[in-house]
Amino acid sequence: MKRSAAAIHGWLLLLPAMAILALFTHWPAFATLVDSFYSTPRPRRPQKFVGLDNYGYLLSDPVFWQAVSNNLWFAAWTIPASIGLAMLMAVLVNDRIFARGFVRMAYFTPTVLPMIAVANIWLFFYTPQYGLLEQILGLLGFPSHNWLGSKDTALAAVTMVAIWKEAGFFMIFYLAALQQIPPNLSEAAALEGASRWTFFRRVQFPLLMPTTLFVLINAVINAFRMVDHLFVLTRGGPDNATTLLLYYIYEVGFSFWDTAYAASLTAVLLAVLAFTALVQYGVLEKRIHYR
Amino acid sequence: MRVAETYGPYEPRGTGRLLESIAAWMLAILWILPLAYAVWTAFHPPEFSVRFDPTAPLTFDNFTRAWSAAPFARYFLNTIILVALVLASQLVLCTLAAYAFARYEFPGSSIAFALVLAQLMIMPDVLIVENYSTLNTLGLVDSIPAIALPYVASAFGIFLLRQTFKTVPKELDDAARVEGASALQTLLKVYVPLAKPVYLAYGLVSVSYHWNNFLWPLIITSSVESRPLTVGLQVFSSTDQGIDWAIICAATLMTSAPLLVGFLLFQRQFVQSFMRAGIR
Repeated sequence: MKRSAAAIHGWLLLLPAMAILALFTHWPAFATLVDSFYSTPRPRRPQKFVGLDNYGYLLSDPVFWQAVSNNLWFAAWTIPASIGLAMLMAVLVNDRIFARGFVRMAYFTPTVLPMIAVANIWLFFYTPQYGLLEQILGLLGFPSHNWLGSKDTALAAVTMVAIWKEAGFFMIFYLAALQQIPPNLSEAAALEGASRWTFFRRVQFPLLMPTTLFVLINAVINAFRMVDHLFVLTRGGPDNATTLLLYYIYEVGFSFWDTAYAASLTAVLLAVLAFTALVQYGVLEKRIHYR
Repeated sequence: MRVAETYGPYEPRGTGRLLESIAAWMLAILWILPLAYAVWTAFHPPEFSVRFDPTAPLTFDNFTRAWSAAPFARYFLNTIILVALVLASQLVLCTLAAYAFARYEFPGSSIAFALVLAQLMIMPDVLIVENYSTLNTLGLVDSIPAIALPYVASAFGIFLLRQTFKTVPKELDDAARVEGASALQTLLKVYVPLAKPVYLAYGLVSVSYHWNNFLWPLIITSSVESRPLTVGLQVFSSTDQGIDWAIICAATLMTSAPLLVGFLLFQRQFVQSFMRAGIR
């Protein structure tokens, strides 16, 4: 085939997907940045260029800072907890324990359920006085507590749901990676007299690093994307105690219809995601050993 | 799965195996507890919602009440149409694009590929404000295609299929061309059949994702005619159903049932699909 014909064929094959991507990914990402420098168009006040005004407002908006700190807290707990639990689960179901099939299914099931549906179940679970959690804690002699209604515990309560949902999903990647570790490594380690903990720490854990990188990137993205459960559990409350960044964007954009300010908030979220991508490709990929 | 029957030196035996099993079991019970609780509540009369009496009578009543309390039949239909529309469009668009990236050399292909990969980080999920305004301009707000459109060109699908197509021996491609097959015929006759497991994996992941997706459909739909199950469930459980947990749990299980049953029946395929789709 001639080069020019190949080029035309190639671009024709690519065209439909590229057109959709341009319209619903590249253009909106660009338009977000542009709109963040304009005011929100209103019926009697057309959109006009306002420079950095939206960002100035953002810096002085206490709810924005609350959302950022909530989101960082949410990320700081969900990422290590779900990855740690996933690793533990994978190590457990990789061994020949009793009823391994059931255990594996129990860990993985939350992954296939809709977040909005499981949030309903968790709402019931957390219900003051007669929810299951309250009943169990009551039996153990703890006083009643409104887990979702109190500012001190609401964020922790929604974070629990996210960890529960994610750990089983990450487990399967660790399980696959564990099964690919050649058995002669464990035989060699045993001959050297290494304890099981030493074997995990010095052999399995390092060999799992590429998987950990992959899971970590996913966990970071999810920490800034997972907001479905908030709609059922807390609606961002009480008093913005559980408002995450994307949830705040939704509120500003679709409850207050302040699209320009929502665009500036989205620009912040895009910056976080871009930074994650840079860290992934720039730093981590170079330092982690691939077989 | 492991084939060898011998135990590895670090696999627990005897008491160790029992202790590790108990630990794994406790975690498993903790993990399944919320779901088990919902199942209990959904299959018992409301007065047993928070009372655990093994002699409580079983009932299917909560499901029939939930089914008739909201247009769930319509929501199911909408979700099925949505999931089918998304998957069908994704398969076509991603296959064509992946073929171009895997087997054609053309100017700008690496830039185009980088532009595709950008979507792995900047997902439609976070571009809700601008995508709403685009669809508003197109006059598509509150329709099922509007829910689907931002997702039909999936960077993830393109990447996955490109990797697979690259492993197809070039000789098979050449042989088909020698016999006079066109580019599209070669794609359909040689590449697509060889990538079947990848299509299955991608299909399962895509169906689960879009069956469960919530935020974007919530924003873009406003009527019963286009609302998918997840949004329907949210509307149903947030309006005046506040106290009747039995009926909410029934509706919740109903919404998740197709995926849950599919998962229980085809556990291995599900797990392997999610794994295959994840390891790049």
